Amino acid sequence: MRDTTQSDPTRPGPANFASVADVMGRLADVGYLASTAVATTVFLADRLGKPLLVEGPAGVGKTELSRAVAQATGSELIRLQCYEGIDEARALYEWNHAKQLLRITAARDESWDEARANIFAEEFLLSRPLLNAIRGSDPAVLLIDETDKADVEVEALLLEVLGDFQITVPELGTITAARRPFVVLTSNATRELSEALKRRCLFLHIDFPDPELERRIVGLHVPDIDETLTASLVTVVNALRELELRKAPSVAESVDWARTLLALGAETLSEDVVRATLGVVLKYQSDNRLALNELKLDQLTGGGAVPGAALP
Amino acid sequence: MIGEPRVTESSGAGSLPDRLVEFVAALREHGVAVGPGETVDAGQVIEVLGLADRGHLREGLASALLRRSGQRSVFDDLFDLYFPAAIGESHTRAEPTDDIDELRAALAEAVADADDERLRALAAAAVEGLGQFAGYGNLPGGWSAYQTLKALRPESLLAEVLAQMGTGDDGPETLEDRLARGEAERRLARFGEDVRAEARRRTAETRGRGRMARYGVASATDQVDFISAHADQLAEMRRLIYPLSKKLATRLAARRRRARRSQIDLRRTLRRSMSTGGVPVRPAYRTRKPGRPDLVILCDMSGSVARFADFTLLLVQALRDQFSRVRAFAFVETTDEITGMLGAGEADPRGLATRIHTEAKLTRWDGHSDYGHALDVFCDDWPDAVGSRTCVLILGDARTNYGDPNVPAIRTLTTKARRVYWLNPERASAWNTGDSAVEAYSRVVEMHECRNIRQLYDVVSQILPV
Repeated sequence: MRDTTQSDPTRPGPANFASVADVMGRLADVGYLASTAVATTVFLADRLGKPLLVEGPAGVGKTELSRAVAQATGSELIRLQCYEGIDEARALYEWNHAKQLLRITAARDESWDEARANIFAEEFLLSRPLLNAIRGSDPAVLLIDETDKADVEVEALLLEVLGDFQITVPELGTITAARRPFVVLTSNATRELSEALKRRCLFLHIDFPDPELERRIVGLHVPDIDETLTASLVTVVNALRELELRKAPSVAESVDWARTLLALGAETLSEDVVRATLGVVLKYQSDNRLALNELKLDQLTGGGAVPGAALP
Repeated sequence: MIGEPRVTESSGAGSLPDRLVEFVAALREHGVAVGPGETVDAGQVIEVLGLADRGHLREGLASALLRRSGQRSVFDDLFDLYFPAAIGESHTRAEPTDDIDELRAALAEAVADADDERLRALAAAAVEGLGQFAGYGNLPGGWSAYQTLKALRPESLLAEVLAQMGTGDDGPETLEDRLARGEAERRLARFGEDVRAEARRRTAETRGRGRMARYGVASATDQVDFISAHADQLAEMRRLIYPLSKKLATRLAARRRRARRSQIDLRRTLRRSMSTGGVPVRPAYRTRKPGRPDLVILCDMSGSVARFADFTLLLVQALRDQFSRVRAFAFVETTDEITGMLGAGEADPRGLATRIHTEAKLTRWDGHSDYGHALDVFCDDWPDAVGSRTCVLILGDARTNYGDPNVPAIRTLTTKARRVYWLNPERASAWNTGDSAVEAYSRVVEMHECRNIRQLYDVVSQILPV
């Protein structure tokens, strides 16, 4: 059942990456700064041909990772966005009924056997993301986004695809992957995924990056920002993450904040600037209050108003 | 985690596969479910990555062996034990020394410079110099983190570190100063962690890895007992509550949806089929009344049980929209209503228990819990709180201080309410010892053991009706 990469005919093609350092370098080239954890796991997923299950708080670059891998390896990115009520017809394949009916009416004097053989041909098959990823002969990265939003039944459907990289269409037979796609599943952990699905994957929890890495990420996305300002911004964001907030600020919020500060023309992160722009990083009123309180910003110290200080 | 040294391949007895299996067994003992399949994966990981870089190996094994995010701290601690960075003394830049002043000065400097590598080296040097203790009986000696930290007192270095970081004490405290202070405190705390890890590693060599893995490594946060948790763990646990409530709500919503789908209203389906010549083309489903129950929570707020009540109240607060109405009552000697303190988004979660104690009237004489009187007060003063649609949760350890358990009051509750559950934060093996009146209560009410976050989650998801 657990096929090893050696004996499997559909083993991944020539490995994409040579080493962990290679992963890090090539992801950095396409604008994704990976931590050791991310780079190691991507390398392993590539080598072992296993899907990668990525969990973590919103806004740490889970979806972005698959885009970066696709770009770095020159593969096509195939995306399946999960939502409540997604089913086989949206994820795997669907028969094109309208076209089948047209075909039947177009050839009225055909015998039953001929008609049956004809209308269940490739031509009438509408391929959906999973089937696309399996059938394609070019290298592909399959992104199954927000897997936890889908119903439990869809997970069962994924088991065959991710376990054996094959799909069975009753009328056509089993389609096996000519070339294994690099699969990334993301989850926000709003519900526990089934053990069976987790077992088939390598698990990666992306957490907030360490300050060093975060400074580099902010610098990469907002190149015009002053370095010392970035440093103090990252320090404040890290201090905020230590508090017991409902929603801790993520990397995306740091970048947003950096853009805001740049737009406002702020040169240092003074108390007034922080107070005025805290709404960019904290999305709940109660969080905002708690942060002001803990950073002792709630008592007004006077000071000149910042340009555009009337932000949320 | 940059540039961690090579893993030493043959330390002590056992080959690499043996080591891996031992490691997996230790993980299982700490409640991380790892199957044989995962172990095979881990073996492949080692094969692909090799042992050259310990940082890569750590991340690679984590990706193969772990399946949820709360297990990482256990994994890291055990990884350091089973795949140590070195044998014996660490070969680091820091000279082992027992000169406390010298170590303190070096430590302050390293914290001020944010030099993580140097901090780790100093932790190793400090444990070597200050932490060693002799064995007793047939137990060999080892290295104590407690002894090291007590001699070194890193927390008293804060002022010196701040001075070195250049945040002067002249003038009013600025935002920068406060941030620097927080940063320095975090680094000093991390140094404490480094010392603990180093002491565990060294002691494991003399006392055996299995023993250290069992006693020296803390469990995952969701399996720490409410009653024995210390302050850091409590903060960690509070962080878990909100995501947990979100998970629970999703699950409940899914269950409701499924329940709504099922039942067919036969009478209306037949009636409808009249228009299609008696063929039931469109089935009619029974419309369900929204089944959101009222919830009444009655919690013992005495002593250590209060923490448990605290968590349950937080969870219920986060789940408010799952119920049509929530009322909460607290008691120690007497009972008072605390519903007002559970306002959504209002409360600072850390202060909840304290606020309940200061703002509600819970005590009469000596502040020991008195179940008999408290239950009487609840039944007499709020007779309308519990009705036929109410689900009652009682939180407490059922330790009556040898007083009257007042079982009849509970019996009245069970006849009036739709369901009554009792959640007990004590381990089930301690029930019915001493002044515990579990036996008397469990004759009339369903009692659940609820020692940690995981059990709380399970119990709550079980008892919440569709």
